[in-house]
Amino acid sequence: MLSIPRQYVDAILQQSRDEYPDEACGVILGPAGSGSAERLKAMVNAAHSPTFYEFDPRDLLALYREVDDADEEIVVIYHSHTDTEAFPSRTDIAYAGEPGSHYVLVSTRAEIAPEVEFRSFRIINGNVSEEEVSITD
Amino acid sequence: MSIEVRIPTILRPFTQDQKSVSVDGTTLQEIVDDLEKSYPGIGARLLENGALRRFINVYINDEDVRFLDGLNSIIKDGDSITILPAVAGG
Repeated sequence: MLSIPRQYVDAILQQSRDEYPDEACGVILGPAGSGSAERLKAMVNAAHSPTFYEFDPRDLLALYREVDDADEEIVVIYHSHTDTEAFPSRTDIAYAGEPGSHYVLVSTRAEIAPEVEFRSFRIINGNVSEEEVSITD
Repeated sequence: MSIEVRIPTILRPFTQDQKSVSVDGTTLQEIVDDLEKSYPGIGARLLENGALRRFINVYINDEDVRFLDGLNSIIKDGDSITILPAVAGG
């Protein structure tokens, strides 16, 4: 299960709307070994694309160094789908390289759908399992 | 010449969970070859048809090797190599 503060859910949805029609992306960090989503860090989608996202390689190195120096871990890796459901695409599964992280997907098609889509998954060795999201106030 | 290579979580099953390992080599290709010799199986996770996989990023110090000379990049004494999975998707 992913436990996440409401302010981060709101921030991720807002970022996804702001960056539409590009996919938005980022991470939530927490103390190493805690699994606790405590520090949101929006990242630039270097692909600037409605169908692909990628952290810039320099940003990626800086992020991992920051995480190491602060004795943190990447608890959540999130990105938005612009017009499809909030479920990992084939590309998402092929690229998923952090078996310990929660992969959060949101869909900006929520703009036209009655329910906001905010879902969390584990992606390990190509296997996707959805998990419950608990939003804390 | 011993070079430190930082190993990402996803490849640590190959290195008995070590976060960094020491290998020898004067080019990135030699480093990858030596990694494979010490930790069999890791090479195939880094290379495909003899080239670096698209979703693996390798850095020499602060520089992405794609902006250097790829597998032919020269490694000098004291350099540090970092391997990271790309964070990307569709």
